[in-house]
Amino acid sequence: MTTTAPTTTTVLDASNVTMRFGGLTAVRSVDLTVNSGEIVGLIGPNGAGKTTFFNCLTGLYVPTEGKVEYKGTVLPPKPHLVTQAGIARTFQNIRLFANMTVLENVLVGRHTRTKEGLWSALLRLPGFKKAEEASRERAMELLEFTGLAAKADHLARNLPYGEQRKLEIARALASEPGLLLLDEPTAGMNPQETRAAEELIFAIRDKGIAVLVIEHDIRFIMNLCDRVAVLVQGEKIVEGPADVVQADERVIAAYLGTPFEGAPGQDEAAEVEAAEAGAAEAHSTTEGDDK
Amino acid sequence: MTTKTPTDKTTDTTEATATTTPVVPLPPAVARATTVAGSAVALIGTFLAWTWTDEFPGNLTVTGYPGGLQVLTLVGAAVTLLFALSGYGIKGLRWLTPGGTNSPVLLSALGVLGTTGYTLGAISQELGGLVNLEPGAWVSGIGALVAVLGALGLPADQPYGADEPTPGLWGRIRHSLTAPEPGRARELPSWAEILIIAAGFGVGLYVFAYGIGTEYSELFIGFLVTAAFGFTAVTRAGLLKRLSALTAKHRNVTLTAAFVAAICFPFTQSNDQFALIGANILIFATVALGLNVVVGLAGLLDLGYVAFLGVGAYAAALVSGSPQSSIGVHFPFWAAVLTGAVASLVFGVVIGAPTLRLRGDYLAIVTLGFGEIFRITMNNLNGNSGPDVTNGSNGIPNIPDLEVFGFNLGVPHDVLGHELTRSGNYYLLMLLFTAIVVLVFRRSAESRIGRAWVAIREDETAATAMGINGFRLKLLAFALGACLAGLAGTVQAHVSYSVTPEQYQFAGSVPPNSAFLLAAVILGGMGTISGPLIGAALLYLIPAKLQFMAEYQLLLFGAALMLLMRFRPEGLVADRRKQLEFHETGQLDVPDDKPLPDGATGVAKAGA
Ligand SMILES: Nc1ncnc2c1ncn2[C@@H]1O[C@H](COP(=O)(O)OP(=O)(O)O)[C@@H](O)[C@H]1O
Ligand SMILES: [Mg+2]
Repeated sequence: MTTTAPTTTTVLDASNVTMRFGGLTAVRSVDLTVNSGEIVGLIGPNGAGKTTFFNCLTGLYVPTEGKVEYKGTVLPPKPHLVTQAGIARTFQNIRLFANMTVLENVLVGRHTRTKEGLWSALLRLPGFKKAEEASRERAMELLEFTGLAAKADHLARNLPYGEQRKLEIARALASEPGLLLLDEPTAGMNPQETRAAEELIFAIRDKGIAVLVIEHDIRFIMNLCDRVAVLVQGEKIVEGPADVVQADERVIAAYLGTPFEGAPGQDEAAEVEAAEAGAAEAHSTTEGDDK
Repeated sequence: MTTKTPTDKTTDTTEATATTTPVVPLPPAVARATTVAGSAVALIGTFLAWTWTDEFPGNLTVTGYPGGLQVLTLVGAAVTLLFALSGYGIKGLRWLTPGGTNSPVLLSALGVLGTTGYTLGAISQELGGLVNLEPGAWVSGIGALVAVLGALGLPADQPYGADEPTPGLWGRIRHSLTAPEPGRARELPSWAEILIIAAGFGVGLYVFAYGIGTEYSELFIGFLVTAAFGFTAVTRAGLLKRLSALTAKHRNVTLTAAFVAAICFPFTQSNDQFALIGANILIFATVALGLNVVVGLAGLLDLGYVAFLGVGAYAAALVSGSPQSSIGVHFPFWAAVLTGAVASLVFGVVIGAPTLRLRGDYLAIVTLGFGEIFRITMNNLNGNSGPDVTNGSNGIPNIPDLEVFGFNLGVPHDVLGHELTRSGNYYLLMLLFTAIVVLVFRRSAESRIGRAWVAIREDETAATAMGINGFRLKLLAFALGACLAGLAGTVQAHVSYSVTPEQYQFAGSVPPNSAFLLAAVILGGMGTISGPLIGAALLYLIPAKLQFMAEYQLLLFGAALMLLMRFRPEGLVADRRKQLEFHETGQLDVPDDKPLPDGATGVAKAGA
């Protein structure tokens, strides 16, 4: 699981990221770095603020405090500029362009890496055809890489669940990122599909793309990640190699509740419930929300 | 069912016979013979007199020469006859029914009955009683009735659906109107395919020109009934699917054929009034297509779109050299067009920049407001409540006719032995603009920009996360849409001689208004090219032809929209996406999986 990259550089450097929604602090002073060639895991119970942290990294939310650097430059809090800079992501609740074909979805992912504007399209200037063909070729390569090439002309909405997740990854890769953020990529997958997803993520890493992945499946994390950070109630409580983190009692307490005080697990259950209720409410009131 | 080829049709039909009960219990052979006989009788009846006086429009008193509404019955009966004979498997007619065999017969027979029945009713109502009917009318009427009864006895084209294995009477009637999709067509040489496309457009042009040229509303209603049933029958027979497969294959040929057919239209009309309807339809349709960029591609609900047409028209009117124009300059046509388009573009950007930060319903309401603000401002710039620019509610009249390359569009010209009237001239000029807008729509839709628009429409958050600058692209769509409407506005100002604020309302009884534009896009089919064109033609033609019901127009319009949304939410012309979106056809419409050779995947392990 060790990286093969000769020199490691810092790809992502988030320092002191805090996100408050009114009175609720969803993310509290989180520092996290991801180095080139690394696969880093981000785990934590439901409502811990993992997705919110992703949204802060990708510019969907403007963090209340803190800053996010990508390869040494501070990222502007605009999603399209973040993608342009080289961070691509997938969503916890799949957000494909449902009524576009699989190929078109990936082509949209190429948007920042292509230039052809409206005039070029209207007048079919010389470069237009070439650029379209190059885009198409690149997109097909990615579909082959993720094993979706045979379904290039299907509508995204008609794909089975597991393939929709793969397509989201292919679409994100189309923007030629240096860092890929995956939000629960195996949610809802069966064990075989999960295994395949692992292989896919390794293959992505081998292409030289650093990966930061949110996941619940602890085996998946153990197999995959060089380093794991644990988020509980918005705070990063531990960070380290996967096996160390798994044995840490604070992590066990966070996931299973503290066995010594009160009814075991019940606080935690109530907390999660409250957080989810909050999330549902937040969903209906915040437009930029991605939950 | 969908992979059915013409060769296994017979087995299919017998299978259907075994599992379905016809609405009228008749042996299939008897039913078919009855239908053939009935439609033949109806056809013969059109050669006899239907009434004794020529007070009823169209003169139905002549024996041996069908006229007016009789022609519609004649055509309908002939189509029924052809479909019915095709069901016998007669060689040379089989191609007529690659999809359903019996449902087209029933539908066209219903069309004949509808038209004939309507005619008989209209004669007795207008002339006062059934006594005014001559025997010919009864012959056709009874023939049509017999044909429908016979057609109801024909076996259904497909077995009952699994959800309703033994439907009741109403279910059986509805089911007998459905048909399976046609299978894959045999490959023809391309010249033959192109000929078929040309013939298709020829028929389309003829039907359209006939509809515009109907002289009285009875004939137009009869035309609508015949055309609606005929269209559905042709669809059920699978012919439309076949034709659209061909047009998808030869897209440039299709586009050319469509424009040639459109160019031919003014040469089929000798009456200036009908050519004017054609020109107005084109203006309406072109603006609707421009709106389709905004609504259909980028998904921005713009309820004030007609204002951009108004900006273009006012700009062109101000520089037209009209004596009432407050500027008093006279630009050549190309400069006026440029002025109108640029003015609209600027107006689009000015309105778009603040409003496009809003999403969904908010945007709709704000654009609705801006549309009205435009109209009211034009009203107020009258020298009383504001500076005198637009003459207020009097508008700018006396806009002179255009001169293009020394060719005065205001006077008739002789072209190829046919006199092209003023409206015919403007029709052809407008057609050029329509062509430009079609080209712009198609090229922008099939590009990186167009894909970004659709992505924004589908999911704006995901689109921005893919690197799309949502605001900028939405503004681009908005501005492009505005510019296209402005182009059309420059011609509209000249066609209608004058511009007034009241032409640019949100909703009104004369078509190019925001509500009708949006309706044309939705009715026709969002995101398609032909959809808004067809939708606009229908929405213009129906009120223009049926002026006696002007008071109920908006009511009928609302009812029609509701019915449409209930039964065909994707619009008349569906793009493939919409069809899949609204009708859960599963994977039927998606292409077959291409099996990949083993090891073709870059990372085979990832493909598991
Ligand atoms: N847009 C928002 N407005 C208000 N609260 C939010 C918003 N987004 C997330 N939250 C809250 O932040 C907390 C963390 O949520 P989230 O990041 O989705 O958790 P996780 O992804 O770890 O399950 C939750 O309590 C949720 O209710
Ligand atoms: Mg989450």
